[in-house]
Amino acid sequence: MATFTLPKNSTIGTGKTYKAEAGATNVRSFKIYRWDPDTGENPRMDTYEIDLDKCGPMVLDALIKIKNEVDTTLTFRRSCREGICGSCSMNIDGLNTLACLKPIEDVHGEVRINPLPHMPVVKDLVPDLGQIYAQLTSIQPWLKADTAPPPDSERLQSKEERAKLDGLWECILCFCCTTSCPSYWWNGDRYLGPAVLLQAYRWIADSRDEYTGERLDQLQDPFRLYRCHTIMNCARTCPKGLNPAEAIGHIKTLLVERDR
Amino acid sequence: MSENYPSTTAHQTRLQTPLGRVRQNGSAKSGTHHWWMQRVTSIALLPLMLWFIIGIASHAGAPYEEIARWVGRPFNAVLMLLLIGIGFYHTAGGLQVVIEDYIRPERSAMVAGLLIRGACWVFGLLCALSVLRLAVAG
Repeated sequence: MATFTLPKNSTIGTGKTYKAEAGATNVRSFKIYRWDPDTGENPRMDTYEIDLDKCGPMVLDALIKIKNEVDTTLTFRRSCREGICGSCSMNIDGLNTLACLKPIEDVHGEVRINPLPHMPVVKDLVPDLGQIYAQLTSIQPWLKADTAPPPDSERLQSKEERAKLDGLWECILCFCCTTSCPSYWWNGDRYLGPAVLLQAYRWIADSRDEYTGERLDQLQDPFRLYRCHTIMNCARTCPKGLNPAEAIGHIKTLLVERDR
Repeated sequence: MSENYPSTTAHQTRLQTPLGRVRQNGSAKSGTHHWWMQRVTSIALLPLMLWFIIGIASHAGAPYEEIARWVGRPFNAVLMLLLIGIGFYHTAGGLQVVIEDYIRPERSAMVAGLLIRGACWVFGLLCALSVLRLAVAG
């Protein structure tokens, strides 16, 4: 059966509280998931009180402030801090999103921060995305064509052909969507998940690609594609405002038109 | 890194690479027919269910003989047989998806799927035979 409860070593305890410095007026609590594989202890939620008057506006600013000034052991991924690298994806206030694009102001009360759901945790807010990366590799997310490109120019696309990639190319592979999908939680070992399927469609929809049929063959599987039950968590959570469920719908339509 | 080497945190007893696990036994190259039929049958069930509910509701409290005569009329009997056939087909297909979603290991899912399919056949044929008796023998 699918596992609906946490194993014993994953139940979360109450952690330490780091008080705000004296004299702070605009204090906000950040409750952050902590787990260190080296201690053998269960995960815990540590509470950090931060003076927002001395902190940048985004959740990532608070995380960096905590790491720099309060607790250097806090572990998380981040790089570009402007929503283009996809590193700082995590679950903030119950919704997967990018810490760098999430204003602290948008959260009411204490800010609860967890790693992306249902992934193995490497440490604190860092999930192990190895399986998703392998799934991305498996759909061969690059242009495949037998026709050689013109010797003196690029492979050309009309404006209409190029427009079909809008809403697809913007994906930054943060995997907020895939890790928000219940179908992926239960069947992630076989279901490719929304992010990877959106990438698959990005190459299916590309007029320059000549392997559409083979790509569809590889996706035509009760588990790889058809575990999508249009739950729509993917579209709701995407920090870039994309709609993976719609891309998956296009793949299903193409398959019906081809096979019926 | 994760692409070439086994993950250190997940599946600790397995040294197969993540890509090997993901590719597994390859694509089944099926599923489209099942998905499309679920859509088609659900749309077909909309008017059939509406007809069925109105038909039954308008005979609320009527004696057995009157209901039996109503079901036995050719037009009603045909619609009823369609409702039974499409309804059980749709039920079996829908439960199949639930089983695939939640039941592990694979062998249990196969057994559960066969049992569901068998039960749908038995109940479907029972219903169909009842209608036919009213329509033909009645």
